[in-house]
Order: sequence, then structure tokens, then C-alpha cells
Amino acid sequence: MARVGVFICHCGENIGRTVDCAAVAAEAGRMSGVAVAIDYKYMCSDPGQAMIRNAIAEQNLTGVVVAACSPRMHEVTFRRAAAQVGLNPYLLEMANLREHCSWVHEDRASATAKAIDLVRVMVEKVKRNRALLPVRVHIEPTAMVVGGGIAGIQAALDIAAGGKKVILVEKSPSIGGHMARLSETFPTLDCSQCILTPRMVEAASHPNITLMTYCEVAAVEGFVGNFQVTIRRKARYVDVAKCTGCGDCATKCPQKKIPNEFDANLGTRTAIYTPFPQAVPNKPVIDAEHCIKLTKGKCGLCAKVCTRGAINFQDKDELVQVKVGAIVLATGFELWDHSAYGEYGGGRLADVIDGFAFERLASASGPTEGRIRRPSDQAEPKTVVFIQCCGSRDEKIGKAYCSKICCMYTAKHAMLYRHKVHDGRAVVFYMDIRAAGKGYEEFVRRAIEADGAEYVRGRVSRVYRRSDGKLIVRGADTLAGRAMTVEADMVVLADAVVPRSGSEKLAQMLGVPYDGDGFYSEAHPKLRPVETAAAGVFLAGACQAPKDIPDSVAQASAAAAKVLGLLSSDELEREPIIARVNSQTCVHCRACINACPYRAIEDAALPARPGAPVVQVARVNEGLCQGCGTCVALCRSNSIDLDGFTDEQIFAEIATLE
Amino acid sequence: MEQTKANTKTTRDASAEGFEPRIVAFVCNWCTYAGADLAGTSRMQYAPNVRIIKLPCTGRIDPMFILKAFEGGADAVLVSGCHPGDCHYTSGNYHARRRWAVFHKLLDFTGIDPGRLHFSWVSAAEGRKFADLINDVTEAVRGLGPFASDNPARRQA
Repeated sequence: MARVGVFICHCGENIGRTVDCAAVAAEAGRMSGVAVAIDYKYMCSDPGQAMIRNAIAEQNLTGVVVAACSPRMHEVTFRRAAAQVGLNPYLLEMANLREHCSWVHEDRASATAKAIDLVRVMVEKVKRNRALLPVRVHIEPTAMVVGGGIAGIQAALDIAAGGKKVILVEKSPSIGGHMARLSETFPTLDCSQCILTPRMVEAASHPNITLMTYCEVAAVEGFVGNFQVTIRRKARYVDVAKCTGCGDCATKCPQKKIPNEFDANLGTRTAIYTPFPQAVPNKPVIDAEHCIKLTKGKCGLCAKVCTRGAINFQDKDELVQVKVGAIVLATGFELWDHSAYGEYGGGRLADVIDGFAFERLASASGPTEGRIRRPSDQAEPKTVVFIQCCGSRDEKIGKAYCSKICCMYTAKHAMLYRHKVHDGRAVVFYMDIRAAGKGYEEFVRRAIEADGAEYVRGRVSRVYRRSDGKLIVRGADTLAGRAMTVEADMVVLADAVVPRSGSEKLAQMLGVPYDGDGFYSEAHPKLRPVETAAAGVFLAGACQAPKDIPDSVAQASAAAAKVLGLLSSDELEREPIIARVNSQTCVHCRACINACPYRAIEDAALPARPGAPVVQVARVNEGLCQGCGTCVALCRSNSIDLDGFTDEQIFAEIATLE
Repeated sequence: MEQTKANTKTTRDASAEGFEPRIVAFVCNWCTYAGADLAGTSRMQYAPNVRIIKLPCTGRIDPMFILKAFEGGADAVLVSGCHPGDCHYTSGNYHARRRWAVFHKLLDFTGIDPGRLHFSWVSAAEGRKFADLINDVTEAVRGLGPFASDNPARRQA
């Protein structure tokens, strides 16, 4: 037998001035199933809450309706009060008499009639509420970070500092990411490797961090707190335990002319190689495609030279299974392929390069030891043209968005060039200058005023090679109102920032949405920038959107904070507003499974006697269901319902409005 | 419940003059409900004819809810949720939109004036839009008149 308590709040004058609360209470008292109906000035106050608690205890109430402000205001307050005296908090509902009634209507009679209706709706719902217990899900106290660039490293370090174990997975042979390739960083012109490598070493030596380099995520099963990840450990052909990193193998390798990806193909490497001198771990890998021993069965010089016997040509890829509770995606970015711009040389002109290539030229440990030399003939270019917005802000051929970092690194490139080539001319063609960060505007000013970079506002229509070898750049100087031609020796394109190719596969494995440009989607663009729609999966760095180093680091720390919050308890308590399948009537049409945006519904086999046909039904994973109810509305056999918003409850609410 | 039903019945069965439409609104908790809250916090005034039923998401709306509302005597039904692309649960509002597109046509077939079913997107920031929406729907339905008591879709007492 239902015994519902109805508590009408005057909220001072806020409700009481427009709604006749005493009349509402009197009417509520006459509603079927209502045991007590009181009105009071301030229900959320201590005496008000005490009133509710006392009534629950003394009158053996089975449910409570607090008719007051919006549930978004005080539902938590009142539910906590109910729980304090042993009434399941989900047996308490609120009717919104303030935001939805007294504050938006003036006429006392119609506002009071509406208030009575709203109370009746909630009384009928509460009579059908069931006591719900929070869903508890086990949490594995380990995190995984995918991507070993600066964002991934930062996230790993912060999680490790919080006392939790982290597995850092990186697909290339060394951590460090793009930051390891940079010469200097804006706006301080700090040597990039100098500030990065201590972090890399810290990540490698931290007791809570397990580095898995030259590894890729192959498969992910499970859900928040309980991910089973399969990691492919790619064959290095080098026994990392035995190798001391002496480098003799690379010295002797006869395959010396392989284009070095780290150096943007401006330099070469050997088949057995360490990607860069400061690599962490400082152990080489063998490039199986170019190794003579692995492709033709001859050579094997490195094995002969290695005093530790660390070379293992029999190495194979290995699949490793790990259990983690939280995952941070920090897969970073790459540069857009500018060969789409035929008018800029379309990837054919050797001296038209991208930003990373320029970084390697400028870098002291690069293929030219920091001397600016153009790729075609190694001559020192005396005029370099920098073209901004190559592919960015171009809906037709490139990307609609702004890539955020190019104005800054182009200014940096112009400055580095002028520092190294004192008689050189740096011309920058720009559309706008976006230098919004701390010290950024001053940095660009410095490039122009102190270092003499020529900034020309206008686009470039064509770059071509003249017969004498000069690169002719035809552009516009819109501020002067005329066309402008520059005879350049080298051109640097600020290509758009795009997500790493293959990053969508990882997102699909995890059920993480991504946008039309491939960037991973955050759960809310304003208020939840490091979470995703997939519970337990977080984002850090440029994989979410173009981003500079300070913002990547900040976001990585934010993601780590979320991870530590998630891993801080053994069990995750979730709101029990979840769907339930009636396995007796489910026909396994799988409409719900396909519709669920959280992949929270799975196929399940009902227990069957040996020999009996196995019946498959849908089953809701309580750890993942977010309680939207989409599955309920589309179930054709009426086999699924939503706790907290059941069909019975909603039909009863509708019926009160006759 | 019986006593109050009598009260409302007299108002509704009255002649078209002084007819106050009864509107049932199915709204989602995250956008439209919050938008309605905002209208309240901003003290925007609108017609007192709507009764909101809160759901977690418009994706939860079974077309039967709408039919039951009409069966019970609602003069109009309003469905309102998050804007496309903004659903708190990612895609619930897309399901709602698809269902409505089909259901809207079915409604005509059942003899219910499709002008009595309204569908809208109101975000949590659109308090003004919510207030205007209620006023507009109320006026539109006032023009249509009471949902005829002899319509076969109505539950006969």
C-alpha cells in the first residue's frame, strides 16, 4: 500500500506569492496514496529537511514528493535527507513549482491549478518508483596511455606521481614524439630536446611506468574499469635486455642510404638504427624491409659485431594482454600532405618543404648539423619564403579549420633562419596572425622588428622553378594593393595539422567518436574537454584538436587528474538509471544493440540444457549504460525498460493529465 | 483524482470562447528541461497551459506516449529535446527525430490533426525560445479548438 508524503515549499515568496501552497497541500492530501501533505516556508532548510525526515520515520512513508524548486537545484539535497533515515533515495522525486510555475506565471488561479497537476504527476510516478541500488563496477588500478609524445609522457608522469601504475604504449621505437624533432620551441626558443629528454628519462625510469615502445594497440575489449587490451609488440630483432646501446651495429650496417623519417627524409639512416641519439629506450631496431639479412638471408654483420649477442634475427611480433581501468589517448598529429596544392609544387619541387623538414635543418643534431641548406643542391638559401595557411582555412582543397600553431612556428622559423643566415631574406606570406598565447604576440613582433622578417599580407598563387634554379613565388601584397613576386631559394609551407593516419581505427576499437576531420571528440566542447563519450577513455594533446605544447601538457595533466579520480576507489558507483532486458520476451533483433551510443548492450546466451538450442538475447552492461532510454523506445517486443523512467511510470504520469 | 478531473472537464468542454488548451510536453532533462528552468530563472512569462513530463532523453519517447496523451484528452502534444549534434547521449534525439518523421504522417491517418503535435529543439541556453514556444503552441492550438470529445482517438468515459 503506497504511503506517499508530499511536501510543498513556499520558497519564501518565490513560490508562495503566486501559488496557493496551502491549497496545493490540501489537494495533495486528497490524492490517492498520499499519507501526509504539508506546506512549509523553506523545505531545503535544516528544519524543512528535518520535517521530511521525521515524516518518513513516523508515518512509514514509502515515497516522497517535494514540490519546490527545480530538481536540478535540490534533488541531491532531498535524496540525501531521505537516505539519512533509511528511505532509498530513488523513492524521492521533485515537482518543479518554481522555475516551471510560480516564476513564469502571474495568474494565481491558473498557477495553482498547474501546481496541483504537477504534484499529481509526480505522486503517480513516485507510487511506481522502485528502490534502486547504485551499480558497482570493479576498477582495475592501472592506466594505459596510448602515444609517447609530450602529452602522453606528461599524462603518464602525472598518473604515476599519483601512485597508480601506467603502461605507456608508443608505436615508434622511442618515445618523444614530434617534440623530439623540433629545433627550438616558441616563444622562449628553448632547445626542444633539452626540455623534453629529462621528461623522457623520467618516464622510462619511474617505478610506476612501464614503457612499451615499438608497440601498438591491436584490440580493446571490456569497459570502464575493466579494459582488456591486446598490444602487439613488434619484432625489434634486438634483445633489449642484452643490448647496451653502444651503437657498433649501426656503424657497421652496409645499408646506409635509407631515407630517415625522423629527419623528414632529408637525411639517411641504416637498416639497424636508433631513431635519434637521445632515444628512450636507447636501443636500436632493425627495419625489416631494408635489412639484407631479413630480406635476402645474407650479411648479418651487426650480429657479428655485437659483443653482447643481442641481435636476434628470429624475433617475431608478439601479442601481449594487459588489464587496465582507464585509457588516455595521446596519439598526436601529423602534417597534411601538401601535394594536393599543385600550384605550390605539389610535392615535386625538392626545395619546397614542410615545417618539420625546416626543424630538422635548423636542429643542431639534424642532417645538416643546424646549417640551413636546401635539399636539392645543399646550397645555403639566401631568400626563404614561408607560406602560412597551407591547407588550413581552405574548405575546398584542405581543411576548414585554423591549425593554431603555424603562425607561431613560422615566426620562429623566420627568426631561426635570420639568426643562422645573417644576410638572408625571410619573407612570410600570411592571411592573419594568430598569436594568442602568453608571450606569443611579443614573439611575432620580435621576428618582424628585431629579426627583420618581412611579413606580407596576401596569399601565394604559384610557386615554380625557373630554368636558373630559382623558385619563383607569385603572391599578393594586399596591404599595398599589388601583386608581389619573390625569387626564392627555398620555400617552407605551414601545412595544416591533421590527426595521425590510422587514428580512426583506434577510436573505433574504443567506441570514441571523432569528428569529420578525424580529431577525437571531447564529451562536451566547453566543460568536458578531456573526457570522451566512452566512459574511462580520456584525451590529451593534438589528437583532440590542433594544439601547442603548453596546452598539450595542460590537457595531459587534466586527463591524468580524471584518471586518478576514476582509479581512486576500488569500485565505481554509478547512477542506477539503467535499462534492463526481459530475457523471456527478448527476440534478439539487436535493434537496441545497434542503437546504443555507448555500446552498452551486448549479446548474451541464456543458460541451456545440453542438447537444447542456445537462445541469444540482449543484455545491458550496467557499467556502461548511461540511461538515455533510446533502446526502450525502439524495442519492438517491449522487452526492455528503463529503471527510474519505466513505461509504467510514464504512462501513469500521462494518465494524470486527463 | 475524480474531483479535480471534474474541474478540468468543465473548462475543456466549454465552448471555443475561453477555451484553454491543455498541452502535454515531453522534454529531455538535459536541454529543454534546463531551458525551461532558465526561462523560470529569468522570470520570462508564458501561458500556463503546458504540463511537462521529464524524460532523460527524447530518444526515450515511445510514440505510444503521444497517443496516450491524446487519448487522455490533451489538445496538443509537444516534444522537445537537444539540438541535432548536441544530444547529451550522443544520438537519442536523432532517433526521436526519425520516429517523429514517421509518426507525424501516421497521426494524420488516425484522424488527429497533425497541427496538434509539435516538435522542437530547445537548448539549455534557450530560455526565451522555450517561453516563445509555449506561447506559440498555445495560440496555435487555441485556434484549432478543443480536441473533439467525439474523436475516436479519445478515450470514452
